[in-house]
Amino acid sequence: MIQEQEKPLLDVRNLKTYFHTENGVVPSVDGVSFHINKGEVIAIVGESGCGKSVTSYSVMGLVGQPGKIEGGEILFEEKDLTKLSNGQMRTLRGNEISMIFQEPLTSLNPLFTVGFQISEVIMLHEKVSKKIAKQKTVEMINKVGIPNASKIYYSFPHQLSGGMRQRIMIAIALACNPKLLIADEPTTALDVTIQAQILQLMKDLRQELDTSILLITHDLGVVAEMVDRVIVMYAGQVVEEGNVFKLFENPKHPYTKGLMDSTPKIHERKEELYSIKGTVPTPMNMPTGCRFYPRCEFAMEKCKEKAPELLEVKQGYHVRCWLHEEGEVNLDEEFNRKPATT
Amino acid sequence: MSTNSAMEPGTSMEEQFEVSKGINPWIRWFKLLLRSKTGTTGFIIVLTVCITAIFAPQIAPYDPDAMNPANMNAPPVWLEGGTSAHILGTDSLGRDMLSRVIYGSQVSLLIGVFSVIVAGSIGLVLGILAGYYGRWIDNLLMRVVDAFLAVPNILLLLVILGIFGSNLITLILVLGVTNWVIYARLVRGEVLTLKERDFIRAARSIGTNDRTIMFKHILPNVFSSFIVISTLSVATTLIIEASLSFLGLGIQPPTISWGYMLSTGRDYLATSWWLATFPGLAITITVLGIIFLGDWLRDVLDPRSQGRRP
Repeated sequence: MIQEQEKPLLDVRNLKTYFHTENGVVPSVDGVSFHINKGEVIAIVGESGCGKSVTSYSVMGLVGQPGKIEGGEILFEEKDLTKLSNGQMRTLRGNEISMIFQEPLTSLNPLFTVGFQISEVIMLHEKVSKKIAKQKTVEMINKVGIPNASKIYYSFPHQLSGGMRQRIMIAIALACNPKLLIADEPTTALDVTIQAQILQLMKDLRQELDTSILLITHDLGVVAEMVDRVIVMYAGQVVEEGNVFKLFENPKHPYTKGLMDSTPKIHERKEELYSIKGTVPTPMNMPTGCRFYPRCEFAMEKCKEKAPELLEVKQGYHVRCWLHEEGEVNLDEEFNRKPATT
Repeated sequence: MSTNSAMEPGTSMEEQFEVSKGINPWIRWFKLLLRSKTGTTGFIIVLTVCITAIFAPQIAPYDPDAMNPANMNAPPVWLEGGTSAHILGTDSLGRDMLSRVIYGSQVSLLIGVFSVIVAGSIGLVLGILAGYYGRWIDNLLMRVVDAFLAVPNILLLLVILGIFGSNLITLILVLGVTNWVIYARLVRGEVLTLKERDFIRAARSIGTNDRTIMFKHILPNVFSSFIVISTLSVATTLIIEASLSFLGLGIQPPTISWGYMLSTGRDYLATSWWLATFPGLAITITVLGIIFLGDWLRDVLDPRSQGRRP
């Protein structure tokens, strides 16, 4: 593909973010690599605690104590963000990279009008007068699809609905035309109809502003809706990465397959929804070998002993699983061939 | 439309619009005040006390220091033996109680308000720093706080005042410096929870620097509990000042303060109760007024409470 030749906008290489707690070191993100091209939308998917949010905070440089980036590089337009000073990071944040959070209510300061909170970021990065910032703010409020913008400018967060607040958050994030938008579960706290609207809004704005989006989610429906490429994370590692259509059609990693199978499908009636047995291992007793093997239906002897590397099975498609060591394997066929073991 | 009106944290949408149509902010605040009974009451009390303090020479019927040995410990006008010449009676040296209470408001108000301002500002700033930065700054500041709390306040006051002598300015400063710890503790605790809140992280995610986060995003959010504590501690400050006077290290005669009158009046409680009661009453009413006003201010500064108002 031609796109692959281009320098990626964000290139995360072997990122390690560890938390130094009283009970020992927790490797929340353990050697994660991925890239985002200009104008691309990618998603990081995984269960709670798999490290997807920590990955996004690492990119923003917002990992709080006791967390620390222990290794790896985060190249944004070829600048290594892990090496930038706090001051340099601040000029990037909100300006070149911005973020939308999960809870739109708690992410807005309750004591200030939403207009003020949007114009704050504009004044901070574009060094314009209050008047111009206000104009831009009203423009932004219009852009995120809230009618009556000049009135909304003066409302406080508690006076707005959840969907509107998330629109305001999007307005704040996009006010300075960032190159990369990180959306950390932007629709989790919203109801389904509003979710669809917010996703549509993000899609439209992305077209308009040519912003790359890194979507953090555990909702596969959201992923299918708007993403180009998917990264599946498990226990702090990338286990599968590839084009969204290929991944949905034919997941290569048993964990991804499990995730897909545990999503209800509209044209299939099942008595009971599939669930991946077991739980995510705690960082303190991570299994040796493959981190997924205790829960894996395809586990082999080898999985217990040796941790698999991220293998490229196709152009631009990576899987961390021994099954694909000697060429690509179709999991469904494999599953039928092998009697299920419980 | 004036843009700065958007920055007022304490006004609801409608008010903002009124401003944008060009209404004087003073009138707007006044309207907000009139909407609340507590606020109005507090405002009237505080205003009255302030006017009394400022115009004491004009209002007071007598010189507060003029003694009259022939008319000692005269009861107030409504008691047997009271005269309308001395409405609140006279004290043990025959001085007019009303005039003394009026003059006493000057010093008491100065000490009460300014020492709380001094203590509050120190506590607020150090508390925010400790809570926000954590680690060694927090450890250091909180150990200092512990040290202050470990030593009885009155002892500390006695030592400092003993060294520097006692006048109005030192008294205000010393009361401020010994009382900041309560504010620092309170503010630090609030900041500890606030800094983990999503909107602080969101503020950081748009590239705001630490100083702006601390003083623009966090400070307004700790203000409500801060106002409650500081209005309450105006009262305690006045009492501490009284006990210092009692120990001879507070305000020195002939300067009068309510606290001083309260402590000297104690000796005559059994025979002439009015000597201690009226300054005590003055303290109570003033403090009540300040608390009412503070309560209203806290409500008004929180945009969420506006909807609940009539």
